[in-house]
Amino acid sequence: MSPEVKPDSLLNAEGLRFDGRRVDELRPIQMEVGVLKTADGSASIRQGKTYILAAVYGPRELHPRHLTLNDRAYLRVVYRMATFSVPDRKRPAPSRREREISMVIANALQPVLFLEQYPKAVIDVFIQVIQADGGTRCAAINAASLALADAGIPMRSLVPSVAVGKAEGTLIVDLGDEEDKYGQGDVPLAILPGTNELTLLQQDGSFTREELMEAMQMGVNACKYLHELQKDALKRSYSKKTPEGVDEELDDYEDDLETDLGEADIMEDE
Amino acid sequence: MTGSKIISHIDRDFVKDLLSKGERLDGRAFDKYREITIEPHVVPAKAEGSAIVRIGGSSVVAGVKVLTGAPYPDTPDQGVTMVTAELAPMASPLFELGPPKEPAIELARIVDRGVRESETLDTKALCIEPGKMVYMVFADVYTLEHDGNLIDASSIAVNAALLGTKYQEMKWEDDKAVATGKELSLPLQNMAIEHTVSRIGDHLVIDPILREEFVQDCRLTMAVDKDEHFTAMQKGGGAGPMSLEMIDQAMGMALESAKEIRKLITDTMKSTE
Repeated sequence: MSPEVKPDSLLNAEGLRFDGRRVDELRPIQMEVGVLKTADGSASIRQGKTYILAAVYGPRELHPRHLTLNDRAYLRVVYRMATFSVPDRKRPAPSRREREISMVIANALQPVLFLEQYPKAVIDVFIQVIQADGGTRCAAINAASLALADAGIPMRSLVPSVAVGKAEGTLIVDLGDEEDKYGQGDVPLAILPGTNELTLLQQDGSFTREELMEAMQMGVNACKYLHELQKDALKRSYSKKTPEGVDEELDDYEDDLETDLGEADIMEDE
Repeated sequence: MTGSKIISHIDRDFVKDLLSKGERLDGRAFDKYREITIEPHVVPAKAEGSAIVRIGGSSVVAGVKVLTGAPYPDTPDQGVTMVTAELAPMASPLFELGPPKEPAIELARIVDRGVRESETLDTKALCIEPGKMVYMVFADVYTLEHDGNLIDASSIAVNAALLGTKYQEMKWEDDKAVATGKELSLPLQNMAIEHTVSRIGDHLVIDPILREEFVQDCRLTMAVDKDEHFTAMQKGGGAGPMSLEMIDQAMGMALESAKEIRKLITDTMKSTE
């Protein structure tokens, strides 16, 4: 384990962040679909040092029964952190923070699902944080929406998500752990890529109205790029069955690891 | 995918018939494990040690945290070790949400006993200042995929994670612990790996898959240490009895696999140092 150090400054004189990223640059991101065989659908995401698994079961019978909704399926999201995912050992029992994050993730995902199609059933989304290094709720949403798609659950679209923050008065995209802890604020958000509407929005720290508008715009732009990565990961998992295709697909993927936002625009033009 | 714990009589008879012909559902010999892979250091930035272990279609992740704290009053000069396990609903439709139920508690306690009873860690060497401060070693297991024999997978993962653990040395100065800046490996003096044999009718099979666990009469889990001694045992997974001959045979099966699996763990962890 690398011991925690507080960086002297989160942003240097050249406008680069302490890990060398530009203000609008995401961490390296790897998404993979279908990583757990027992689940109906699953996905993993590595975003910088953050590592998260998501599994989806259902629609299936709901236990306990008293939670049953007569007109739609119950979307049950359980976000949990491993005890060893953080610098100190997290207590194993679910914390209030985990419960709250489970709820906001459910709210972020719900708009893309046709829950009214499955009355009385449950769709279970289990999220396990293996290593936490900032931005876990957003990374969890990215992985969870891939796992839902992998489970064959009809969706209006995937849900990309990212956090925007502020360090030394400058807005920065995709906070790492240090930027989250020592920065001046945090705005996690998730969008519906079709309409750019926000399905998750939280904020802490201190922002002016203008800053918040700019932060959300930066977040939406980053989400557009993440959405491309998500679609890519999904296609990859269903195309690797053709033997010749494998290498090719993987090569393409390597290029995508250049997670700079400049490329997002290029990809959208396709 | 297995959605329910209920298994038909037909399936039960099918498995038993197959076994009496000397065959298993997945074509393995009765005394052979499925393929085991160890992926070490999967939580390098936050955990002191970690590993993902796959046995066939089952997989678990184990992480080790090394903290400092006060020793137990009855062992003031010994460090603390603890193993916990969670049967996460992510791993199987059979696992439900909520506080750990008996199977999860049993799993954790079996793996914990394997580590504790074999004196895997020299707890005296985990003391910083007698009566004041010791290292506390937590090894926590999360199941990821359940296709049978999570006990052995968890045991291998915990031992691999302990073997790869690197932590900050602390010393006692002016009534508090301060980091010396040196990195230590855990004081491992033994290693006991769990091996599980399942009894189905008159047959014994090692490393049962989920469908075999469904029809088993019981299972016997044995921890085998570096000297090929048994340091912990647990009969569970059903109320079926086991004869002495059967237990003897099961011990033989465990010993036969022990060396190879121990070698896999040490070799994998050595190659990543």
